[in-house]
Amino acid sequence: MSLQRTLADLTPQEEGRIQAVIGTDTLAQRLSEIGFTPGQTVRLIRFAPLGDPMQIRIRGFSIALRRSEAQRIVLQPT
Amino acid sequence: MPAVAPAAPPFSHTSSASPRTVRQQYTVAVVGNPNTGKTTLFNALTGLTQHTGNYPGVTVESALGEFTVDGQLFLAVDLPGTYSLSPRAPDEMVAVSILLGHNPTHTPPDVVLCVLDATNLDRNLYLFTQLVELGRPVVVALTMVDLAHKQGIEIDIPALADTLGVPVVPVQANRRIGVPALKQAVSRAARTALAPRPCVHFPPSFTQAVTDLSQALEQHDGHPPLSHFLVQRLLIDAGGPIERAFTDRWGATAASLLYAARRQLAATGTSAPQIEVESRYQWISEVVARTVRRSSVGTPTWSDRIDRIVTHKLWGMAIFLGVMAITFQSIFSWAVPVMDAIDVLFQSLGRYIAHVVPEGPVRSLVVDGVIGGVGAVIVFVPQIAVLFGLIAILEDSGYMARAAFLMDRVMASFGLSGRSFIPLLSSFACAVPGIMATRTIEDRRDRITTILIAPLMSCSARLPVYVLFISAFIPAQTLWGIVGLQGLTLFALYMVGLAVAPLVALTLKRTVFRGEPVPFLLELPPFKIPAWRVVLFRMYDRSWAFIRRAGTIILATTVLVWAVSYYPNQAHIAEEYRARRALASPEEQERLQAEEAGARLRASFLGQAGRAIAPIVHPLGWDWKIGMATLASFPAREVVIAALGTIYNLGSGQDEGSVELREAMRTERWPDGRPVYTPAVALSLMVFFALCCQCGATLATIKRETGSWWYAAFTFTYMTAFAYLSALAVYQIGNRLIGS
Repeated sequence: MSLQRTLADLTPQEEGRIQAVIGTDTLAQRLSEIGFTPGQTVRLIRFAPLGDPMQIRIRGFSIALRRSEAQRIVLQPT
Repeated sequence: MPAVAPAAPPFSHTSSASPRTVRQQYTVAVVGNPNTGKTTLFNALTGLTQHTGNYPGVTVESALGEFTVDGQLFLAVDLPGTYSLSPRAPDEMVAVSILLGHNPTHTPPDVVLCVLDATNLDRNLYLFTQLVELGRPVVVALTMVDLAHKQGIEIDIPALADTLGVPVVPVQANRRIGVPALKQAVSRAARTALAPRPCVHFPPSFTQAVTDLSQALEQHDGHPPLSHFLVQRLLIDAGGPIERAFTDRWGATAASLLYAARRQLAATGTSAPQIEVESRYQWISEVVARTVRRSSVGTPTWSDRIDRIVTHKLWGMAIFLGVMAITFQSIFSWAVPVMDAIDVLFQSLGRYIAHVVPEGPVRSLVVDGVIGGVGAVIVFVPQIAVLFGLIAILEDSGYMARAAFLMDRVMASFGLSGRSFIPLLSSFACAVPGIMATRTIEDRRDRITTILIAPLMSCSARLPVYVLFISAFIPAQTLWGIVGLQGLTLFALYMVGLAVAPLVALTLKRTVFRGEPVPFLLELPPFKIPAWRVVLFRMYDRSWAFIRRAGTIILATTVLVWAVSYYPNQAHIAEEYRARRALASPEEQERLQAEEAGARLRASFLGQAGRAIAPIVHPLGWDWKIGMATLASFPAREVVIAALGTIYNLGSGQDEGSVELREAMRTERWPDGRPVYTPAVALSLMVFFALCCQCGATLATIKRETGSWWYAAFTFTYMTAFAYLSALAVYQIGNRLIGS
C-alpha cells in the first residue's frame, strides 16, 4: 500500500490525477462528495508555513487538507 | 456530560405536505454549500425582519425571516451550509430533517431555494442533485456570477435552467441585484407547487436495491412506507445519524434487513457511497460541459497573488501576527473608551437616582442591583460589536480561512483545529466575545471544547486584580539584573491559563469528545472586498443577541448578589451610624459612611457565608474576609477590589491603583498578630483568580452558545476545582519556600 503515490506525495505546484479515495468512513465520503472523484486532476498549491495542512486546487476551488487526509487520496501512477 | 446531542430524529413522525388550500404563508428553505453567499442572500431577502434562534435539541443556529411578494407572505429559513444531504454533523442533520418535514417546529418547506456558486458550479450541483430528489419545488439562485465572469467562467443561464428543470435566477445579493426576480420565481414555484424530476440516473442494481429494501421494510411489521430519499440514504450512509435513528426506532430486525441489503449491494463490486458519488458527478460533468464555458484557464488571479503572500513562510506569518495584534488591540483597548463612557453614564445615573429616591431597600436595589446589572450587560457590547465587525471583515474577505490554515498545525497538537485560534485569542481580552466567536468552528466537538477552555485565557478583567496584588506584595526587584520580578509574576499568571488550557482540551478530546474525527476540509474561498452590509449586520446581530440572551441572566445574577450583600437589613447598624453621623464633623462623614458600608457587608448573608467558608479557604492562606471578597466576586472577578475596599472600611470606590487599599491589606493581621497577606498568600490568590471561572457573563454566554446549562456548570466546576487545588499547592509550597 505504501508504494502507492498519494496526494500528500506531490510537491508544490505539481499536478496529479486521482485514482481512488481509500476508505468508507465520513472522511472518504465527504472528500468524494466535494469532488475528489476518480479521474479528476488535483494540484498541490503549497504547504502551510508550519508544514501542515496543505492547499489543494481541484475543480476550480481551493481547499486545505491535512497531510493525514491527503494520504487517503491515491493518485494514478505517472 | 451529554454526548453530542442527536438532532431531531427523522423517524419521530411521518408527515406529508400540508393540504394546499388558501395559504396564510408559504415557507422557503434556503440551502447551499458553505461560502456560497447564502447568508448574504438571506439577508437581502428578509432584511431586518429576521431573527436568530437555536433549533430545539441541538445548538445549531437557525435564522428565520420573512418577505412578501405581491401581498403574499413568505417565511424563509436559512439552513446550515452543507455540501450534501448525507448528514454527518448535527447541523447537517438539522438541514435534512427540516427539508424532509420531520422537524416538529418547522412545517415542511413549500419551496427549496438552492444557492449555487457560479465559480464552483460542479461541486455546488452535487447538493442540487440531492435536493431535487426530495420531491419539492426547487428554485436556484446563482451567486457570484460577476466573480465567475472575472475568472473567465461564462454560464449559459437559460440552458442551465433548461437542463436542471428549475428556474435559475442570477443574483448579486450584496447589491440587491436580482433579488426581486428571485422573489417572483419563488412565489411562482410556491403557487404552482411543481416538483422537478430527479435528474441523476443510478445503475439498475442500485435502484433495485433501494426498491427491494423499501418493500422488505414495509412487509416487516407493516411499517408506514419510508420516502425513497430516506431508504436511499439508509442504504448509503453506513453508521450515519439516519441509521442510528432508524435502528433506535425500529429495532434489530429492521436493522438486519438493512445490513442484508447493503451486503447484497456490496457483492456487486462497488460500495453504495461510490455509486452515489460517481453517478451524480457523471451527470454534473455532462451539465457543465453543456452550459459552462471556461476561458483563460490557469492565469493566476489577483486572489492567487494575495494568497501567495499571506501564506508565505515569512510575510504570511508577519501579516498574521499583525492582523492578530490589531484584533487583540481592538477589543483590549479600542473598545475601552466606549466602555468607560458607559460606566460613567451608569454611575451618574445611579447617583441621580440616589438623589431622588429616599434611602432604603428600594434605592439600594435600583442603584446597586438594577442599574449596576444593566450596566454590567451593556458594558460588554462595545467589545462584542468591535470584535464581530473585525471577524465579519476577516471572514467576508476570505482571510479567516487563511488564518485557520496558518495556525492549524499548532492547534492540532492539542486536538483542535486552526479555527479555534481567533476565539481563543479574543478570550485574552474577554471570554464573552471569544465564546461567541466559536460560531465559525464547524465541528461541534471542537467548538464545545474551545468554549470550555476559552475562560482559562487571562481576560482583561483579571489584570486589575493582578496589578493590585503584584504592586502590593511582590517586591520590585530585578532578577539577574534584567528581569523585573513583578513583570515576571504577571507574565507567569498569563502563562498559567495557557498551560492548563491544552491539558483540558486534550483531556476532553480524549474522553467525552472522542470519536471519529470530523474531516478538517477547510475551504479557502477567493479573496474579495468585504460587503459593508454584512459587516454592519453582524455587529448589530451579535450585540443584540448577547443583550437579549445573556443579558437577562447577567442582570438576574447582579440583583441576586445585591440581595445577599444587602440583607438581612441590619436596623441596629443603621441606627448606630445615623446617631454617630449626627455627631460627627463634616470631614468625618465620608469615613463613617464607608465604615457603615463595611459593617453592613460583614453582617450580611454574604458576610455570614464568608465566615462559613473560612475553614475551606484557610488552607489557601486566606482569612474569612478574603474568602468573602472572593465569594462576592464570583459573578464578576473585578468586583473583588471594590469588595475588599468595602470590607476594610475604605468604601467601594477603590481601584487597583489605590494606595489606601494596599496599605490596608499590608496592615491586616490575624488575631495572633501575624500579617494576613504574605507573598505566598498574594500568589495563591492571584493563581486562584487566574484559573477560576468568576464571571456570570461567561457562564451565561456558554449556556446560550451551547444551549445547555450543563456545559456552563461543567466549566464552573472544573475551573473552580482547578483554581482551588492550584492555589492550595501554590500557598503550601510558597509558604515553605519563601515563608512569611
